[in-house]
Amino acid sequence: MSRILRPRGGLALSRRGLLRGGAVAAGGLALSGCDDLWRADAAKDVLTRAEDLHRWSQRALGGEALAREYTRADLSPRFRANGSQGVADPAYRRQLGEGFAGWTLRVEGLVARPLDLSLAALKDLPQRSQITRHDCVEGWSAIGQWQGPQLGGLLRLAGVSETARYIVFHCADLYHGRPYYESIDLADAFHPQTILAWQMNGAPLEEVHGAPLRLRVERQLGYKHAKFVTRIVAVDSLQDIYGGKGGYWEDVGDYAWYAGI
Amino acid sequence: MAGTEAQDSAQDGGRVILRHRLSTRLWHGVNALTLLVLLMSGLMIFNAHPRLYWGEYGANYDAPWFKVSSARIGAREFGFVQIANSRVETTGVLGLWEDQDGRLQRRAFPYWMTLPSRYSLALARIWHLAFAWVLALGLLGYLLWSLVNGHLRRDLHITRREWHPRSLWQDVKAHARLRFPKGEAARHYSVLQKLAYAGVLFILLPGMIATGLAMSPGTDAWAPLLTQAVGGRQTARSLHFLFAFGLVLFFGVHMAMVVLAGPLKHLRAIVTGRMQIEEDAS
Repeated sequence: MSRILRPRGGLALSRRGLLRGGAVAAGGLALSGCDDLWRADAAKDVLTRAEDLHRWSQRALGGEALAREYTRADLSPRFRANGSQGVADPAYRRQLGEGFAGWTLRVEGLVARPLDLSLAALKDLPQRSQITRHDCVEGWSAIGQWQGPQLGGLLRLAGVSETARYIVFHCADLYHGRPYYESIDLADAFHPQTILAWQMNGAPLEEVHGAPLRLRVERQLGYKHAKFVTRIVAVDSLQDIYGGKGGYWEDVGDYAWYAGI
Repeated sequence: MAGTEAQDSAQDGGRVILRHRLSTRLWHGVNALTLLVLLMSGLMIFNAHPRLYWGEYGANYDAPWFKVSSARIGAREFGFVQIANSRVETTGVLGLWEDQDGRLQRRAFPYWMTLPSRYSLALARIWHLAFAWVLALGLLGYLLWSLVNGHLRRDLHITRREWHPRSLWQDVKAHARLRFPKGEAARHYSVLQKLAYAGVLFILLPGMIATGLAMSPGTDAWAPLLTQAVGGRQTARSLHFLFAFGLVLFFGVHMAMVVLAGPLKHLRAIVTGRMQIEEDAS
C-alpha cells in the first residue's frame, strides 16, 4: 500500500491496472459476490491503484489552483465537528485551562533548524485568512473562516531539506486509543492556502475544532485537516510511521492517502 | 446500433440483421457491470450521511430536503424516508432493517443493496472512484467512436419530423398498446427510444460524472464552474443522487421493454449483435 504514496511512472500502468481490475471484478461478481472478491488482495490492490489516477489527474489539471473562497455571508450558521473532538491527555487539559500560554509547536525532522514555536510566535508570523468550504468524506460540508500562518512559511523558516518528501502532523489526541496523525506531500504543504489555523470564524479555535492549532489543507477532504497539531516532522518516507500508510484513517480503515476526491 | 447494415440471410422466414455493432455491445456490457458497481457502492457512500441538501453547505443541524433515517415513538421503532416535510415509513427496507445475522441495523440502505454489504465508507469509495474512471473513459470512448462511425447521426439523431408532437404522440400510443415495430421499422429506434437513449448518453451519464466531480474538493479548485453552475456542492450531491435515480428508472423501463418486446430475441441481439426481424404481414 505504501507504494501508492510515491508518485509513479504514470497513467499507462495505472490504467492498465484499472482495466485488469475491471476484468477481475467482472469475474468475481459473477462467481462469488463482491465481498469475497474484496478479500482477494489482488483485486484490492488493483482498485486501490485508481488513487494514483485521481492524484495524477488532479495535480496535472489543477496545478496551483486555489480552493474557492467565500464571503462572510456564506458562513454556515453552525460548523459541525466530528471525528476526534477532544483530548484527554492531562497536559493538554492543563494547557487548555491556561489558554495555551505555555504551549509550543515543534517543527523537526529533515530541517536545518528545528523550531519550537509558542502560540504567540505563531500569531506574530504573517497571517493568512480564508473563508473556505470544509468537505467531509461522509458527504456533508460546512463553510468557515480560518486564520493562521502559512505552513510553507514555517517550513522555510525551519529550512526544510531537499530530501524531504512528506510533512507529517502529530496530534495531541488519541482517537479510539491510537495517536492521530496525518501527512501531506510538499506540493500541498507549500500551497498558499495550507495554513496552521489557530482562529476560526474570528475566535480562537474551540476544542472540538482542534484547539489550539489545526491544519487546513483546503483542496482535500476533512480527515486530512489534522486537529490538535503539536509536532510537524519533515520526512522522506512514511513507511516507518505508525501503520506506514501516512495517516490515522489510512492505517485504520482503507481511506485514501490522497484525499482530493 | 439499430441495424442499418442488413444482412439478408433468410432464416425461418425472417431476415437476420446486424442490430448492434461491436462497440455498442462491448460498451453495453461494460456499462451494465460498471453502473451496478457504481450504484451499489454509491448507496453505501450515501449511508455515511443519509441526507441531501441544496446549496454549498449542509451537515447535521442544517435542514435537508431528503433524509433516510429511523425514529422511535414510544416502544415502536421505525425506518422512514423523508422528502421535505412528509415521511413515508420504510421499516424493513430503508432506515431500519435486519442484516444477514438477524441484527437490527439503523442505516439508510440495507446490506443487499450496497457494496460492500457491511458498512465501510472507505471501501465503497475505492470501488466507486475506480469504476467512475471506467464509466468516464468508456463514455468518452463510446461517444467519440459513435461520432466517427456514424451511430449518433444515423441511429440517435432525432429528425425534425420525429420531433413533431403528432409523431411523438403516435409513438407514445404505440408503446402504450405494446405495439412494437415489425419489418423495416424494427431496424430503427423509435422516437421514444431515441429520446431515452440520448437522455442517458447526453444528460444522465455526463451529469453523473459532472456532479460527481463537482463534489471533489480537488476538482472544485481548478474547475469551480462545475460546482457553481449547479449552485453548490450539496446541490451537486443531490443531483448526483437524482441522476442515479433517473438511471435506475431508465433501467426499469429498459428491462420492461426488453421483456415485452421479446427477451430472448433482444438478449441475443445485445450479446451477438444479430437479430431476426419479422416481416410485415403484407
